[in-house]
Amino acid sequence: MRSYLSDRMGAALLMAPLLLFLVLAYAWPFLGVVKWSFTLPTPGLGQYEALLTDDLVQSVFIRTLRIAAVVTVVSVAAAYAITVVWVRGTPAQRLIAEFCILVPFWISVLTRAFGWVALLSNRGLINTWLQAIGFISEPLALVRNEFGVIVGMTHFLIPFAVFPLASAMRSLDDRVLLAARGLGSSRMRTFWTVFVPMTRSGIIGAAMIVFVFSLGFFVTPAILGGGRSVMIAELIYLRIFQSPDWGLGAAISVVLVLFVGALMALLFRYVRPKQLI
Amino acid sequence: MPTYRPGPVSLIIAAFVALFLLMPLLAVIPVSLTPSRMLAMPSGELSLRHYRALIEDPRWLQSILLSIRIGVVSSAFSTVLALCFSLGVWMFQPRFTAALVGFVLLPMVVPPVVSAITLYFLLTSISGFSAFFGYDTWLGVAMAHSVMTVPFATVLMLVSLSQLDRRIDLAARGLGATVWERATRIIMPNIKFGIVTAALLSFVLSWEEIGVTLFITSVNAITLPRLMWMGLRDNIDPAIAALSVILIIITVLVLAVRSFVARQRGA
Repeated sequence: MRSYLSDRMGAALLMAPLLLFLVLAYAWPFLGVVKWSFTLPTPGLGQYEALLTDDLVQSVFIRTLRIAAVVTVVSVAAAYAITVVWVRGTPAQRLIAEFCILVPFWISVLTRAFGWVALLSNRGLINTWLQAIGFISEPLALVRNEFGVIVGMTHFLIPFAVFPLASAMRSLDDRVLLAARGLGSSRMRTFWTVFVPMTRSGIIGAAMIVFVFSLGFFVTPAILGGGRSVMIAELIYLRIFQSPDWGLGAAISVVLVLFVGALMALLFRYVRPKQLI
Repeated sequence: MPTYRPGPVSLIIAAFVALFLLMPLLAVIPVSLTPSRMLAMPSGELSLRHYRALIEDPRWLQSILLSIRIGVVSSAFSTVLALCFSLGVWMFQPRFTAALVGFVLLPMVVPPVVSAITLYFLLTSISGFSAFFGYDTWLGVAMAHSVMTVPFATVLMLVSLSQLDRRIDLAARGLGATVWERATRIIMPNIKFGIVTAALLSFVLSWEEIGVTLFITSVNAITLPRLMWMGLRDNIDPAIAALSVILIIITVLVLAVRSFVARQRGA
């Protein structure tokens, strides 16, 4: 009995500081933001009504969903291609693939967005070269539009899609693939009818992670979109800092959290958390 | 060893993806050497003026020092909190563990922009009481960064604890060790690699944090990413290219050393 009591005391003492810190510094202020959404500028549901009727907000929501969908498809496909080599290549191939995945992963989002500006802007690498070889006379508009945003976000999110895919591919039994080959299935057919279906949980996990991340993305769209293709996160920023409309910014945040929460709940019905690492 | 290797088609597609991943990192190198004052490709002559600007302009050095200070403080804070919490979870396995861990991981899964507005609310509220701890102060930024990094530190600690053999702790307990002795002399020495990794990851995450920092600073607490952001939004300053090259080189070196050490340990 004594030890049972002291166990509970010990656990409480050890766990309390972090829990207290997050309640005070995260949960409580989040409730404050929720309160803003119902009270600013006037008490009531006005901000949520505005969400449903305001054309600008609607178009930003639709653009965000569209960009997130495109980015999800492209980055999961690209991640799949490089993960196959990272997990199943020869040792040299694996080393190169790992380098190409981990170096961008550890480099800050700002540096990476800047790299794309250096490549895609009017006086950037690609336009300079294309003009130098006479392929185009006027620079192509590759940045400060949706194309630039999609390229930058895909680049940022590929490494995040790699990890769940790699975990699914590692746990796959080689003998099944050998059996398919031994029974006369071609390389292509084995890949599409055996390999891909057996990594389905990894694909679902990767797609969910990328999609959820894209919904709340801020830095890359703000830099590569140049204020022209605003996504939800940048809209929240603009509502708080440029046209002070804290209530609307808060209401958009609340809706975003609920939406992401619903997606996560859906994800965990299909994939166990351990499969995502 | 997998016996089933990727074929030529897979290799070609993967090579394109690899090129795509490295391209923007390579593109900053020529830009950093341009003699021009604006973002441009160097034509002919190369120059190191933007590297010199990094040393000569005191704003860069100040923001680097500030970022290091904030990183060290927030990393120490979140590592200690995460360590205590994880020890509590592992040693006592209390009821509702899943819910409590889930709560701690929230800042990691909630969209960063929502965390940012939440921390903006927190720090502007604190500013009403205190001038040196709130919106646009370095302590405020350090606290906000701790909120954002503590879930990652906790995950790393819980993962390294999950690989620890419970029987050594049971043995210590059976021999009469107190909770304090079990924690500091039995468990912590066995997860010291996890603790160091958690501290390093917290530091790196704070060092490059920009999403939240943008919301909670304006003119005083200008961290390095914040300064880069200012240079990226208005007229693009090629000094950012020079800085990016240096950061990329450091990253590559650290990863190379880490992979070398991992190889040595494995061998």
